Amino acid sequence: MQYKRIIPCLDVKCGQVVKGKSFRRLAYAGDALSLAKKYCEQGADELVFLDIAASAQGRSTYSRLTRKVAQEIFIPFTVGGGIRTLEDAAQILQNGADKISINTAAVENPLLIPQIAEKFGSQAVVVAIDAKRNAKGWSVFTYGGRKDTGIDAVKWAKKAASLGAGEILLTSMDQDGTNSGYDIALSSAVCAAANIPLIASGGAGSAKDICSVFKAGADAALLAGILHRNETTIPRLKKQVASAGIPMRT
Amino acid sequence: MGTNAPTQARKRAKPQRAGQMLKRAFMRAQRMRTKPKIAIIDYGAGNIASVANALEKCGAKTIIAKTPAAMETSGIQTRKAATQNSDVQAQKGAKTSSAAKFAACLQKADAIVLPGVGSFSCAKNISKIRAPLLAAMEKKPFFGICLGMQLLFSNSEEAKGSGLGIFEGKVRRLKCKKLPNVGWRSISIKGKSLLFAGIKKPVFYFCHSYAIRGSKRTSALSCAGSDKFVCALEKGNTFAVQFHPEKSGPNGLKLLSNFVKIVQGASKCR
Repeated sequence: MQYKRIIPCLDVKCGQVVKGKSFRRLAYAGDALSLAKKYCEQGADELVFLDIAASAQGRSTYSRLTRKVAQEIFIPFTVGGGIRTLEDAAQILQNGADKISINTAAVENPLLIPQIAEKFGSQAVVVAIDAKRNAKGWSVFTYGGRKDTGIDAVKWAKKAASLGAGEILLTSMDQDGTNSGYDIALSSAVCAAANIPLIASGGAGSAKDICSVFKAGADAALLAGILHRNETTIPRLKKQVASAGIPMRT
Repeated sequence: MGTNAPTQARKRAKPQRAGQMLKRAFMRAQRMRTKPKIAIIDYGAGNIASVANALEKCGAKTIIAKTPAAMETSGIQTRKAATQNSDVQAQKGAKTSSAAKFAACLQKADAIVLPGVGSFSCAKNISKIRAPLLAAMEKKPFFGICLGMQLLFSNSEEAKGSGLGIFEGKVRRLKCKKLPNVGWRSISIKGKSLLFAGIKKPVFYFCHSYAIRGSKRTSALSCAGSDKFVCALEKGNTFAVQFHPEKSGPNGLKLLSNFVKIVQGASKCR
């Protein structure tokens, strides 16, 4: 049986987990390593760490946290933020991360995707897409949601998949931090276009939201705010999702 | 002799305390001896750190056995160093010593782990170390993970190059709508298995696009969509799994502990 994944996302700034609303107004949520351990014990299926300061300030992602996490956590984890080159990716992966996620660098240099995939395998490459609704559909934003590229998000997802991305981490900027549910239309559009696993992100507020994005075709649901603010726990969410008939690893 | 002299003197002066110290040193040595040494083969791709961390957590000591290819060309950081070194003679010398280093690493280990994240094209790095690896596998427990399992077969649809050819069969691309097959899957265990002992709900983390279909030595099966594939093999002292035990939470750690126990048992017999 194939299980859908629940993935807590830790936006990290200087070793601390932060949570914003629509990519702005950051609030501190706790120490990255101890939160990661807590979620792991609660039964998270995977973890995502995004160094949100890195891309904006042009700093390369710190590998110390990666190493520490790899020593103490025995579930897969993705590290993203500030990865610009094959060397950056190699450093993170050699420190024990299972996957890297690239966003701005992939948009600006799409050939980075096959470069990393060839060396470390497609499964190690997660292409993160920050999408915002516009008149025609959704537009891709880079630099942590600061720059509108005007690229169509669905087309970009399809291209990333064909270039060798292993997964797509799709964040709806409109829904991010609102707790009012995922952008279902966006998720199902990307799901139909790209034949690789999809991690939906932005807007999770309840088990119902997670169920509906799974039904739209997403393979994994990314959660941040509702877990960081202790509004619910992973075991409780999983139980609720499983009772709706969606297979969950418990 | 020089290092022995002070302890001897102390022993004569305070016999009780020296006895205690000796006992403690003996216990420490005993603990070190019971910790099996496991060599992890680094062939220039893949997440070596995770496997090492997980095995250490399960009570093993790990050493990294770098293949000559991983030392010279495939490591990105080492490649830079190699181009700076224009002395061909020196490089040649390094090559023979690195091969010897690799063989020595396998020699002193109690067991061998071939991890794997990467592509079957790594087989070319493996074929160069074929002889020492096969020799060590005859005597010592072996554990292949993911690509490390696929490399036990002779060829794959993924890339050219020949694997170790220990098992019969071919590695094929999964017939599944979404690839890679990423995530947690339940597996069905066939018969009695040493590796899966004590695991009640066998759910593991998978991450792959290619797999083996049908092998005589199958000990567990799983599915990707409707495509049934082999996810564990056991043959004597050789074990292999398609999933990632080092990333499968408590179940994975239990499985690795089982392997460490097997290694402990085997090294006692030797």
